[in-house]
Order: sequence, then C-alpha cells, then structure tokens
Amino acid sequence: MATVTGSLAGVVPRPNTEHGLMGWLSTVDHKKIGVLYGATSFIFFLLGGLEAIMMRLQLAAPNSNLIDPLTFNQLITMHATTMVFLVVMPMSAAFFNFLIPLQIGARDVAFPRLNAFSYWVFLTGGIFINGSWLIGQAPAAGWFGYANLTSKTFSPDLGVDFWLLGLLILGTSSVAASLNFIVTIVNLRAPGMTMMRMPLFTWMTLVVAFLVIFAFPVITIGLIELGFDRFMGTNFFNPAKGGDPVLWQHLFWLFGHPEVYILILPAMGIVSEVLPTFSRKPLFGYSVVVFSGIAIGFMGWGVWAHHMFTVGMGPIANTVFTLTTMFIAVPTGVKIFNWIGTMWGGKLTFPTPMLFSIGFIAMFIIGGLSGVTHAISPSDYQQQDTYYIVAHFHYVLFGGAILGLFSGIYFYWPKITGRLLDERIGKVHFWLMLIGFNLTFAPMHILGMNGMPRRIYTYPAGMGWEFWNMLQTAGSLVIAVAMLAFLYNVWVSHTKGKVAGNDPWDGRTLEWSIPSPPPAYNFATIPHVRERDDWWFTKHPELAHGSHGHAAAPAEAHHATTGGHGHEEHIHMPQGSLLPLIAGVGQTLFVGGLILGPVVMAIGGLMMVGGLYAWCSEPINE
Amino acid sequence: MSSVSHSAEHATTTGIDHRKLLIWAFLGSDCLFFGSLIATYMIYRGKSIDCPLPHQIYDIPYTSISAFVLLMSSLTMVLALAAIQRGDHKGLRVWLVSTGMLGLVFLGGQFYEFTTFVHEGLTLSGNLFGSTFFVLTGFHGAHVTVGVMILFSLVLVSMRGGIPASDSLTVELAGLYWHFVDIVWIVLFALVYLVPSPVPNIECAQAAVAH
Repeated sequence: MATVTGSLAGVVPRPNTEHGLMGWLSTVDHKKIGVLYGATSFIFFLLGGLEAIMMRLQLAAPNSNLIDPLTFNQLITMHATTMVFLVVMPMSAAFFNFLIPLQIGARDVAFPRLNAFSYWVFLTGGIFINGSWLIGQAPAAGWFGYANLTSKTFSPDLGVDFWLLGLLILGTSSVAASLNFIVTIVNLRAPGMTMMRMPLFTWMTLVVAFLVIFAFPVITIGLIELGFDRFMGTNFFNPAKGGDPVLWQHLFWLFGHPEVYILILPAMGIVSEVLPTFSRKPLFGYSVVVFSGIAIGFMGWGVWAHHMFTVGMGPIANTVFTLTTMFIAVPTGVKIFNWIGTMWGGKLTFPTPMLFSIGFIAMFIIGGLSGVTHAISPSDYQQQDTYYIVAHFHYVLFGGAILGLFSGIYFYWPKITGRLLDERIGKVHFWLMLIGFNLTFAPMHILGMNGMPRRIYTYPAGMGWEFWNMLQTAGSLVIAVAMLAFLYNVWVSHTKGKVAGNDPWDGRTLEWSIPSPPPAYNFATIPHVRERDDWWFTKHPELAHGSHGHAAAPAEAHHATTGGHGHEEHIHMPQGSLLPLIAGVGQTLFVGGLILGPVVMAIGGLMMVGGLYAWCSEPINE
Repeated sequence: MSSVSHSAEHATTTGIDHRKLLIWAFLGSDCLFFGSLIATYMIYRGKSIDCPLPHQIYDIPYTSISAFVLLMSSLTMVLALAAIQRGDHKGLRVWLVSTGMLGLVFLGGQFYEFTTFVHEGLTLSGNLFGSTFFVLTGFHGAHVTVGVMILFSLVLVSMRGGIPASDSLTVELAGLYWHFVDIVWIVLFALVYLVPSPVPNIECAQAAVAH
C-alpha cells in the first residue's frame, strides 16, 4: 500500500503527536473523540437552555413585549433542533465513543478515522445551523418543519435553508457513527464476550445504531424533497400542483418516532448500568431488558402517526395507531419494573449517579403515563397543540434522557478524568435540578388542560394562566442555578477532586478493570470474558454461579489491572490523521455552499473529495 | 480501500471483515433512502394536475436497452472479482474498465432521456410527475456516478500495484455496492416504467408529445 500513498496523502502532513491542539485535531482515539463529543454537546446544551430561558422570560407575564413574535418562533425552532440533534444525540454519542470499546474489551472502534470524521461533521454542522443567528435569519418554522409553512412563499428568508441543510449534514454524521458502532459491537468483542454477556449500555447502543441507520434516510429524503422544492422549484409539498403537505408529516414522523427512541434508549442503557452497581445486585431480568429494548426498536416503527391524529387520517388509521402506541408502552413498562426489581432487596447506596438514575425512573414514569393519555386518539384531540404535550415530552426527554445522561456523567466522570465529582455539590445539583424541572414542567399539564396553546409568543391576561406561567419561569431559573452548581462541581473536581482510582464505585463491567483515565490502548492484555458482569465476579468469585468458579482462574492473565507497561511497546494503535477533519469540514462547506455560494461549495467539494481519496490511500500507520 | 494490514492484524469476532459488515449495514441504510423516494413516487402516481403524463412520455423500448446495459455491467463486475481472485491483474482491470464503461453508457442514456423529456415538456418544476420522476431516477443516476468513480479509482490503484490478489475483498466491496445499484434499477424500472400509472382526469394535447 505504501506505493499508493505517495502523491495523494503526501499533500497533508501526517501529525505524529498526541499532545496539544494538533493532538486533538488529528486524534482517532475513541476516548478523546468521546470527550470532544461531550464537551461540544454540553456547550450546545447551555445554548439551547439559554434559548429556553429567553422564552420563559417572555411568557412569565401576559401581553409581554420582551421578545417579538418572529424571534420567539426562531427560539422555539432552534431550542428544539438544538436539544434533539446537538445535545441529546451527541451527548449519547459521547458515551458510545468513550464506553463501547471499554465495555466490550476492545482497543478502539472498528473505523477510528471514520469516527473522527463523524465528530468533525457534527461540530461543523452544529456551527453551520447556529450560524443562521448571526445573520438574524434563524429557522422559525418549528423543529418539525411542517409543509407548507416551510415553502418559499411562507418562509422566504434563509432560515429554513439553514435548517434543512444543517440537518442533512448532521444526518451524515449520525449515520457514519452508527455504522461504525454496529461493526464495532458485532465484530470487536473480546474473546468470551457473547451477545448475551454484553453490558446493557452496549446493547442499547446497538439498538440505537440500527434505528439511526434506518430512520435517518427517511428524514434525509424528506429534507431533500424540501430542498428541491425551495432551491429548484419542484412540487413535492406544493398543493397548487397536486403535492400533499401531509406526505411531509408522514416522512418526518416515520423518522421522528424512532428518533424518540434514539434519544431515550442510551439513557436507559446508562441507568441499567448505574442501578445494579449501587444496588450491588445484577440487573434483574437481564435478557428481558435486552429483548424489551429490541422490541422497542422494532415497534418504534409502527407508531409514527400518533403524532398526526388530528390531521384527518380517518377512524381506522387513528384506531390502529392508538393500539400500536398503547402496545409499545408494554416493553417500556417491563423495563421500569426490571429496574425496580434490581433495586428491590439490594444493598442500596445513594451517591449522585444513583440519585439521577432514580430521578430518571420517577420522571420517566410520569412522562410515560401522560404519553398513554394521548395515545388514545379521542383524548389526544383535546391535548393536540396544547402545553400538555410540551409537558409530556419534557418529562420523557428532560426528566428521562437528560437526567439519565447526567447520571452517566457523574458515574463515568472518574473513569474519564481520573477524578471524582464532589458528592455534596452533586447532591445540591441533583435536588435543584429535580425541583426546578418539576416547577417548570408540571404546571404545563394544568395549563394544557386549561387550553393554553403551545408555540404562542404571548397570551392575554385574565385566562387564569398567569400564576402557573410565572411559576414555570421561576422553575427554569432554578434549573439554570442547578447548571451553575454542576459547572462549579466540574471546576472543583478539576482543581482538587478526589483521585478516583480504577474502580471507585465497585463496578461490574470491564471498563472498571483498567486505570482511570484509561491508557491510549485501553487494555494491556485483551480480557477473556467468562460471565456477564465479568469484572464483578472476578472481584467476588464466591458470588459466581456455575461450577467453573473464577477463584480457579489464573489471576494474571484475566485482567490487566495495572498499566501493563511491559506490554506497551507491542501494542500498535492507529496513528492520528488530519484527513477526517479535512473531509468533514469539506463536506459541511460543500453542502452549506448552497447558501454560502459557489466558491465555498467548490472549496468544500475539493476538500471533501481530496480528503476522502487521500484517506483511502493512507495507511493506518506509517 | 483502506489499508490491508488492518484486517490481517486483528481477528474479528464474527470472522467477517469489518469493511464487509460496514458495507452491508450501509446498503441496508440505503434501502430506506431509495424506499422513501420510491414511496413518494408511488403515492404521487396519477396525482399530477398538469401535463405531460407518464404514458405520453415514456419510451419503454429505449429504457429497456439501457436497463439491459446496466444489468450486463453486473456480469462484468462478477468477472472482475473472479479475475483478481485467481491473481489475474490484467483481467481485473479489463473487467473493471468494462463495468465502468457500461455504467457510463447507462448514464449517457439517462442524460439523453432526461434531455428528450425536457424538450417534450416534462421538467422538474412543471408538474408533480416531473418532480418525482427526475428526483427519483436522478438520485439513482447519482449512485451510478459514484460507482463509476469507485471503479475507475480501483483501476488506477490496481495499475500502481495497490490491489494484491490477497486483497480481493476491496473489489468485492465495490461489487456489492455496484450490484445493489443495479438491483435498485430493476425495482425502479418495473415500478416507474412498466407498471402502468393511473391516469388523472385531465386533458392533455397528444400532439405535443409525439415521438
């Protein structure tokens, strides 16, 4: 291969450092890419939160003029787009990246450079879509972008163009990353790590990765058709030429409902790791939880039209989707009972990650129950487009996904940084967040039942809505204070945090058998897995079931708990490369060129094609 | 097309090469891509409220020939893989070039077909049928174009000694993609051209679209 390399790859120097800025720009280490995903998505989280607080300030009192209607529409659109595509998905990806190779006993993902490419596309796509703020033309048609509000006639400025091109860019990042994780989980497991011995988080990642590669092409086609309508004058969603705006809704929600599970399953995976650890019991009904996750992955494809009950699909379609939606609550409920069963009779301790996980279960139950109320289509006719719906999806996506992700942040922080987050501040953070969250979103149930529509920029006085709206705004500020507590905790941990050691929580899975932070090569010796929760039974052989008891296992070959420097020189890790960065930035510029102009498009196209060709001919190491 | 050493170095859990799993998963994803485009076309069949309509414009014998050309390229692709598997580098390049040329003939045929249709009054923006037809078949054409680029790139790599017989997998992967694009065309050709489209209740002047 070396002969092919010369001319193409030679244009870009191959950095040979793991340190400094160049080390980050050229990294192909899954752990560093995970950290990049986490940090970037957290910045977007603060941005999306700021957008939410601006909306809450506007809605605090009736007839307020703090924010004009157009800006308010931009805020609802960008808040949701940011939280879905730039926060929950990439923050889950941060955990996929950091944890999956560690949990399955691998040294990296299957395609390290493709992994770096996914990150750079995500970063630049997120910057691109937010760039619309800078010219004051942020998208304002809602995150669901219903046709034909998104047509040139009704959205003449560049906002929808930024939105649809941005989502196309982010989609390629998600699909590339998911392909990578499917291959990694299927093909890079350590000896003995059978599918039914995999940690639950790895299982949920696999389900999510399949959902992403099948769901994103559907929204991609919707966005391409919308883009053709806007840029080329086609008629996909143009009723004047026979086009049907409802087709957009079908394409969007056929993507959009699997997307809901893409958002929640990673958090469910994290909770399924945290609860057994702090209950000091194996996960109750492991295989049932795995199959429930898979069942959710399949059934998630058959419920999309419950977002469209009031469109006028007719009684048969509404009945069918009512039934399928009621039915998908079953595997979800099964999981909740399994989590409770895991805690039942366990030796419970309540450090911060455990609190967040329990908070997740409680809040997710509330969100799940309100979900059942609008699964019933006649009941949904009352709730459609009211704040009741906003309450529901915040209970599952904030009370669910975000609390689950924070549980993961507190749980894995010591593994990632080598230092623990402070428990006292952590508990303050948790309680402030839980109280603030409920103050903000619980009253929305009442407002929705009282008929307050969502997406309105203001409301008249005398509707009986003033008190609850003021309370919600106060609650959102409590959440902001909770975030400050978290940032303070990060700073405290960074400056004087307690050194964690390999295994601060007495963990169960392979990632806790190696140093914190893990060395670049992860495992000095690739572990041989004998059981589910292998590390736990290595530490506690007396608890192992089966006759092969770990006590008999030769200790030295089983897990390399030390750095294993003796082995280090024999381990060949892939060398860093700038080509994923170049190809990724190039792709964003190429697609964005439809707005930014032909020159940008040409430069981007050149970087993308040149970068990919050089990448294909570049050896892993040279 | 990435380095050989990687797959040789690590045994995989399933025994299947990483790259092969990747391409299969990608093709699964691409099925949904074309599935959504085809669904749009099928839902909008007979919904145009402007002329021209499919039965007035399709030239089925012409498109059958270009479909045949594309199908034959799958045969030459198989021959290319067989050549490298027995270490025949010249044969590999001959059959890769043949496959690429057949792909180019198909693309040329599609270009001519599109041009003719535009002259006959079917455009992207003129009616709903034009929008769905050009975007669906155009995206298939884009896939063929990418395939042709991959094939000729492989020819260049092979000429510089970059495809040893031990790495026939690289050719196999390109083949998987190429066969997939061919199969998609079989589906498109059947659904778009052969299955008669319902005719909406509108008046169209036949004279303007005589072949």
